[in-house]
Amino acid sequence: MYDYYLTIVLAPLAAAIIAGLAGKKIGRAGAHWVTILGVGTSCVLSLLVLRNMFWGGAEPENISVYTWAVTDGLRMEVGFLVDRLTALMMCVVTFVSFMVHIYTIGYMHEDPGYQRFFSYISLFTFSMLMLVMSNNFLQLFFGWEAVGLVSYLLIGFWFKRETAIFANLKAFLVNRVGDFGFILGIAGVVMFTGSLDYAEVFASADRVAGQSIEVFAGTPWNAMTVICILLFIGAMGKSAQAPLHVWLPDSMEGPTPISALIHAATMVTAGIFMVARMSPLFELSATALAVVITIGAITAFFMGLLGIVQNDIKRVVAYSTLSQLGYMTVALGASAYSAAIFHLMTHAFFKALLFLAAGSVIIAMHHEQDIRKMGGLRKYMPITYWTALIGSLALIGFPGSSGFFSKDLLIEAVKESHWHGDGAIYWIAYLSVLLGVFVTALYSFRMFFLVFHGEERMDAHTKSHLHESPWVVTVPLIMLAIPSAIIGWFTVEPVLFGGYFGDAIVVRQGPDVLAKIAQEFWHGSLALVLHIHKSPAFWLAAGGTVTAWFLYLKRPDIPETIKNKLSAVYTLLENKYYFDDLWIKGFAGGGRAIGSFLWQKGDQLIIDDMLVNGTARTVGRLAGAIRQIQTGYLYTYAFAMIIGLTAFLGWLIWLR
Amino acid sequence: MDFSQHLLSILIWLPIVGGAALIAIGDDNDAMSPRAGLMRIVALLVAVATFLFSVGLYIGFDNATSGMQFIEKQPWVGSLNVFYSLGVDGISAPLILLTTFITPLVVIAGWNTITNRPAQYFAAFLILEGLMVGVFSALDALLFYVFWEAMLIPMFLIIGVWGGKRRVYATLKFFLYTFLGSVLMLVAFIYLYGQTGSFDLFGFMAAPLTLTAQKLIFIAFLLAFAVKVPMWPVHTWLPDAHVEAPTGGSVILAAIMLKMGGYGFVRLSLPIVPDGSEYFANMMIALSLIAVVYIGFVALMQKDMKKLIAYSSIAHMGFVTLGFFILWSVSGNAGAGLGMTGGMVQMISHGLISGAMFLCVGVLYDRMHSREIADYGGVANTMPVFAAFMVLFAMANAGLPGTSGFVGEFMVIIASFKANFWYAFLAATTLILGAAYTLWMVKRVVYGEVANDNVAELTDLNAREFIVLAILAGSVLLVGLWPAPLVDMMNATIDQLIQQVGQSKL
Repeated sequence: MYDYYLTIVLAPLAAAIIAGLAGKKIGRAGAHWVTILGVGTSCVLSLLVLRNMFWGGAEPENISVYTWAVTDGLRMEVGFLVDRLTALMMCVVTFVSFMVHIYTIGYMHEDPGYQRFFSYISLFTFSMLMLVMSNNFLQLFFGWEAVGLVSYLLIGFWFKRETAIFANLKAFLVNRVGDFGFILGIAGVVMFTGSLDYAEVFASADRVAGQSIEVFAGTPWNAMTVICILLFIGAMGKSAQAPLHVWLPDSMEGPTPISALIHAATMVTAGIFMVARMSPLFELSATALAVVITIGAITAFFMGLLGIVQNDIKRVVAYSTLSQLGYMTVALGASAYSAAIFHLMTHAFFKALLFLAAGSVIIAMHHEQDIRKMGGLRKYMPITYWTALIGSLALIGFPGSSGFFSKDLLIEAVKESHWHGDGAIYWIAYLSVLLGVFVTALYSFRMFFLVFHGEERMDAHTKSHLHESPWVVTVPLIMLAIPSAIIGWFTVEPVLFGGYFGDAIVVRQGPDVLAKIAQEFWHGSLALVLHIHKSPAFWLAAGGTVTAWFLYLKRPDIPETIKNKLSAVYTLLENKYYFDDLWIKGFAGGGRAIGSFLWQKGDQLIIDDMLVNGTARTVGRLAGAIRQIQTGYLYTYAFAMIIGLTAFLGWLIWLR
Repeated sequence: MDFSQHLLSILIWLPIVGGAALIAIGDDNDAMSPRAGLMRIVALLVAVATFLFSVGLYIGFDNATSGMQFIEKQPWVGSLNVFYSLGVDGISAPLILLTTFITPLVVIAGWNTITNRPAQYFAAFLILEGLMVGVFSALDALLFYVFWEAMLIPMFLIIGVWGGKRRVYATLKFFLYTFLGSVLMLVAFIYLYGQTGSFDLFGFMAAPLTLTAQKLIFIAFLLAFAVKVPMWPVHTWLPDAHVEAPTGGSVILAAIMLKMGGYGFVRLSLPIVPDGSEYFANMMIALSLIAVVYIGFVALMQKDMKKLIAYSSIAHMGFVTLGFFILWSVSGNAGAGLGMTGGMVQMISHGLISGAMFLCVGVLYDRMHSREIADYGGVANTMPVFAAFMVLFAMANAGLPGTSGFVGEFMVIIASFKANFWYAFLAATTLILGAAYTLWMVKRVVYGEVANDNVAELTDLNAREFIVLAILAGSVLLVGLWPAPLVDMMNATIDQLIQQVGQSKL
């Protein structure tokens, strides 16, 4: 399989290089064909790898590709660890990427940067594959930063727009804050295990958990807790968990295909994947898991609320992504790693679908993104309408859809995960994911109704041009709608309960909640759907949808009244809890103020003016003073000589 | 004739003789004249030939040997026991390669942009190259000192003659600062000569010294090397020197001359006064971390691109000294050796990246005659190829994995975590600060709408500029993706050095 793995990784890279460097020579069609061929190859081979793992019973493989460097007893390598977790991620990444490549032909067909765009998204696919297929922390960090780089390049793709180049800088820097923790976590891993290799690190995990580190003198902390929290800070950056989430909504400045691929389906789930991959470490620190679950819960609920007040179609979906990433994080914190990964997979399909559908709407609306200026698009864009409906239903967890299986069982798992105790953390986590369902349904269908139903609020010119998007756009929508609708039915059992992941995921903290669910409740997919009326999540989702219908279709006057009544809350939400101000005015502004102070007062005033030039001036002044003695008159010198001789003789005679 | 017997001498004297020949050819300020053409060709041939000889050094270099290779030793001043003694090991060989690699690029970069006394300009760089190779290969302290001080003269002239408006202030500041430091080094050498009876560096390393003597010698060395690195707070000459220097001068200054300081610490301070170094190690770590954090903030607020890159250099060199001086705070694998290797790799990498960054600014300066960030904006619209290079080098400067900038920083951060959590914590702030100052500059210069008419009229890279930047880009990526060849060169020497430093002289 080694050749497969190498091809899977290198095909998109080669395509990216060709499209990037020879873009002019091969032309627009050449660029999309070469990149589609590259990622298509990867996709097919990834599916073959998955098949071999799943049906062929292939064993996980751990292969070194080349030695990056060896020094001081530390081996730094590039290599692949392909087990079932990896295989699943490879398929998700390459499949969504494949769809997005096709979609891009339609979405970007007028853009002068066509070749560049294809080059970037192929480069992204390469980076993401390096990340998920890595067998060591070094390469993980490489992939981690490389996807960050491509994300930076793509958010700022339209580099003439001030908002875009602000957003990409912001995204990169906020991610760097996460990476700051991440690299320290990796350093901690090396300190305690002496290795960067996953297998070696996991093998010595128990030993590490018994050690402590004094970050503050006199207070020893468990080494594993420190390592895991530091690693999780990295995940918070990449997977946009509060308070490092601020970059994700702004990243919508990038073209829509990459919002689907990078900022919904794949890159932002890297943090979730990473924590799942590190489950042998996280399982050894209850404290770290408690941090994970709390951060996830806060993100899941509060970011969902923001989705309700957004009016930009892409931003609504972006806040939804934040909230869903919070769900996955909560599952990680509950040690239900499989549930997190399962939700990651279904989410990748339906969220990519929703973004691409939003993109289809945006094309039809001539790049108008405000949902208040849309409405009634259903009859103009039937394919977009139906696929968006499937995506929205999957998102809210409509019974039978892919999102239903992943979210319902995720919530169930959190409900059963009592090992954090029955205290505040448990209730925060459980209530967040449960009430989040209502919020999800509310913002999803608010958007859906405002866009596709009701009054047609666009101007006459736009209205006259409304039509369904071309096939390169609609085919990917359909191709993504199919798994969004049905993939849950036949994957839920093996992935969650069938021990699909094998040794890739380790659960040791308290009882395995998924095993417990499997024993006590699980009677197959159909039974779950049939017993839906017992699930509070179902009623909350239904309630949210009906509320959305009532508020935005039936009585569109009410939201305005609510807004006025609850203006304080509305202002808070409108300003996104003021997190942006904290980052932009607080940290970025503070940093600039410190920089100015150190430069002007430290470097210029104290060091340069006072010390350096001060010394030069003092030397100059001293020389000037001494020069006064050199009068040029003979009597001055004679006088000085007499005094000098007297002093010298006096010292010789009396003092020696 | 067996070249390998005299390879180092060739690397030193070939460019110096070539430089002298250029001066003999004489100047012609008309860039189109045949004489100017001949002069450029000679300069390039000499620089390329030197590089090709240094490839021989790489091929003949034995990675398994920790000691000196390519040794040459001739009596020089017999009565004083001074020798013309040369040799390289895993620490100096990569730096020599860096020197011979960068110099031809500087010659190409200055090809026809220098119109004032071009022969002397190129001659200065070639002579400087020979002298710098001399510093990296001298094994006799007096010879080392001669090269060390002689190096100042061509650089003094480069800034003073071909520099910007405030070149006199800058070049005097540069000269006095660095000269003041190195005079004390000479005093230390003379003291050590008194103790051992020769200027042999290995004799110095073997000499038993009291702690007081070691402390004093360390301070004398420190002043010489800290100014060169430069370390906070003796760094303020660097931004001025860079701003006023012509592009080639900035490149050599940042890429190679700064490395003299780091090299001095490893070659002289650590092995000659190990206990003195240990005594001051915590202070050195503190100064290094100040360089990373304090200078990182200062770099953020620079309005002049060259100043920004100059400050960024200081912050990056902080990793070098940090990597060297955590030696006593760590034990076991992935500790001292990793820090030391990281520091060394960082020197090489910084040579490539800062050189490339200064060349990028040079490309813009040649067209717009401005280094002010505010005068630019939207350069990517008119110079897309240039913009791609600029973004690549900026990312390398921000330490992106896959570029050389990551390798050293990664190693040093990992090693320093072992020494103390807070060392790593402060060092890792470079991930944020480095990205902030570099990419904010990129945002203001490269991205955005075309800011003004001058930017609108910019033309993209010509073939000559493209070649130089492409070569640098290739090497930045190569070292980033596969640092093993570089690291393998250093391993044996660094292991041996750490062992040597670990043995107290008391």
